[in-house]
Amino acid sequence: MSPDNAKVGVFICHCGKNIAGVINVEEVRRFAEKLPGVVVAKDYMFMCSQTGQRLIKDAIKEHRLNRVVVASCSPKLHEPTFRKCISEAGLNPYLLEMVNLREHCSWPHLYEPGKATEKAKALLKAAVERAKRLEPVKSVKIPVIKSVLVIGGGVAGIQAALDLAEQGFRVYLVERSPSIGGNMARVVKTFPTDDCAMCILSPKMSEVASHPNITLFTCSEVISVDGHVGNFTVRILKRPRHIDEEKCVACGACEEVCPVLVPDEFDLGMRMRKAIYIPFPQAIPRVYLIDTDKCIRCGMCAQVCERNAINFDEKPKELELKVGAIIVATGFEEFDPSPITEYGYGEYDNVVTQMQLARMLDPLGPTHGEILRADGKPAKTIVMIQCVGSRDHRFNKYCSSVCCMVALKHAQLIKLEHDPQAEVYICCIDIRAYRKGYEEYADRARELGVKIIKGRVSKVEEDKKSGKLKVYVYNVVLDEVMVIDADLVVLSSAMIPSRGTQDLAKILGVEVGPDGFLKELHPKLQPIDTKIPGIFICGCAQGPKDIPDSVAQGSAAAARAASLLSRGEITIDLIIPEVNEDLCRKCGICVRFCPFNALELPPEGKSVRVIELKCKGCGTCAAACPTGAIQLKHYKDEQILAQIEGILGV
Amino acid sequence: MDQHFDPIIVAFCCWHCSYAAADLAGTSRIQYPTNIRIIRVPCTGRVDLIHIFKAFAEGADGVLVAGCLKGQCHYVDGNLKAELRVIFAKRILESIGIEPERLEMVFVSAAMGAEFASIIREFVERIRSLGPNPAKLKKHGQLKESTKSRE
Repeated sequence: MSPDNAKVGVFICHCGKNIAGVINVEEVRRFAEKLPGVVVAKDYMFMCSQTGQRLIKDAIKEHRLNRVVVASCSPKLHEPTFRKCISEAGLNPYLLEMVNLREHCSWPHLYEPGKATEKAKALLKAAVERAKRLEPVKSVKIPVIKSVLVIGGGVAGIQAALDLAEQGFRVYLVERSPSIGGNMARVVKTFPTDDCAMCILSPKMSEVASHPNITLFTCSEVISVDGHVGNFTVRILKRPRHIDEEKCVACGACEEVCPVLVPDEFDLGMRMRKAIYIPFPQAIPRVYLIDTDKCIRCGMCAQVCERNAINFDEKPKELELKVGAIIVATGFEEFDPSPITEYGYGEYDNVVTQMQLARMLDPLGPTHGEILRADGKPAKTIVMIQCVGSRDHRFNKYCSSVCCMVALKHAQLIKLEHDPQAEVYICCIDIRAYRKGYEEYADRARELGVKIIKGRVSKVEEDKKSGKLKVYVYNVVLDEVMVIDADLVVLSSAMIPSRGTQDLAKILGVEVGPDGFLKELHPKLQPIDTKIPGIFICGCAQGPKDIPDSVAQGSAAAARAASLLSRGEITIDLIIPEVNEDLCRKCGICVRFCPFNALELPPEGKSVRVIELKCKGCGTCAAACPTGAIQLKHYKDEQILAQIEGILGV
Repeated sequence: MDQHFDPIIVAFCCWHCSYAAADLAGTSRIQYPTNIRIIRVPCTGRVDLIHIFKAFAEGADGVLVAGCLKGQCHYVDGNLKAELRVIFAKRILESIGIEPERLEMVFVSAAMGAEFASIIREFVERIRSLGPNPAKLKKHGQLKESTKSRE
């Protein structure tokens, strides 16, 4: 259609006072009315409301509009709303152009109403010029594969997998380490009820193992993801256990004879394991594995294994899965506090992290539930230091959100279950106990005699002979520096995204925030979605959070995935390039520039072909084409050039 | 420096990052000059030389191409391709007597609203000190004529 035949309707939103409080809407409307091609220009208080949308639909019918310009908030917010609105009035949804009057004009120019109004006119003229050249965009319906990949087998991933499996969807749960359970398996007890963590987690772990709809891949990592929402192709690398999962019954005979000792990762190096091992007693799957980096290939384990489960020759395997949605639940790890030299972690033996203390508190842990100094003597005075690597501009600006509660929990467990006479100090900026039942939990700690000191610790010093520590803390309430003699210093170290989060984000194409955690699409309204449709995030991969929040997000991610999968089919709008065969010189530059291999140059001298579902619509090909033969739909040169002319024409 | 000169700057912003950064600046009510006018592109990899030169020919005093942070392009490396084009376009501008400083490529993430606003403030100041686009001064007479002939 020629731009001269366009009949454009312009609809300007006041957004209450958000736009109209700065921009002179009536002046802009009168300006719009006179623009060539504009048939009608209206304004309304809230264009996104039912009445506002009705106003647009009625105008489309009344004036036989074939193009619509809505000047309101960011298209990131309401483009889908208005596309739906005009399509209900019989127009192709892509015959809409939006002007971002709120985020890009009234809000950043609050004190310059005159200039903002002029800018609004320029933006509007550009939109009208562009709208006149818009073309309908076709869409295709594709079936959705009714299976889901869950990456990460911590409590969030477990919850998501179980929820989906219960609804009848096939779930592939991929876990990098040899067992599911994640960090929750390490934490001994959980605040604010002091439930035993393993007692509430292990039934869920077993359910994962036995659920007919869940396929569990441990020692496995995602190496590539291809495709799009509803139809992803995922490649998994499964590292060898060197033990046949079908045959091993975890009798432990192999472990007894293995002569190699290795620091145990699960207990954070506080005790030794063998080179053939099971990560922890309740591990799922309950199958041994061989640490081939440390194994000396003596073969003693193979001699004692009655079921012939050991296979030293097992090779890594690559598997391919087809899924309709992906849930990322890769969790967190504890920040290594050794760069904070004033606390002496890694230098002084009696400085540990909260996670190490959690392992000590575990009756099955390295100290069998005793709180011991490095020399084996019981620790009588324990000082906890909060915000180690969190709320610290040198490392992480964010609050790790759980450490206050973790410190309170460990302090109470020490007082209640170990040694009521022990002196426990918590040195903090403030105590953040914000959830249901948390402040009451903090109160209980105070009643038990846990000393909470407001103030940051400036340094920890060690007496070389006795191993005793001196903790210097500036008490802001007393306005003085306190020096505490401690047996053990426990650092409440920050939560950071688990190792490899950045690499996985790249494979998936999802965004990472400035804090290193995966970024949600909208912090309030779309906290589970990501930039990539069909990929959802939950748990600590998205940001620091406690167990209840992780479980809730796991369920939320499952619900988001289920609502996508149960639709059966999805519509994809084909914002893809078009090739003008007369102009195409078959040079193949676009084929080389395409980051997604979505273009191919067929033999026999035909022009370039677009592989519809591989194309993601970036338009790199169009900018690279030397003849202008390849044009991205909805972002064609003539559309952009007209917009440039319009934006500079006021 | 002419404080009264109010430049017009066209910014090509990619949908995933810099457009969202500008949204965030707005949502956070971070103030920046009205001189900037944003055109949305799916990816800065879509920005062609012809778009940049068209903006200058139509009278833009400065052009900003704003993509995702390096390594974070949602289309793998469209921002790096755009950067190469911008470097090339600067050379052409120089050869035709337009200061290459009038064109700049910047990289911001969707979370960098405040940073993007300060980039805009600095760029507006830069263009203000450069004065009006010399191509515009020449074009002005022609523009009026062409408007007349249309009428």
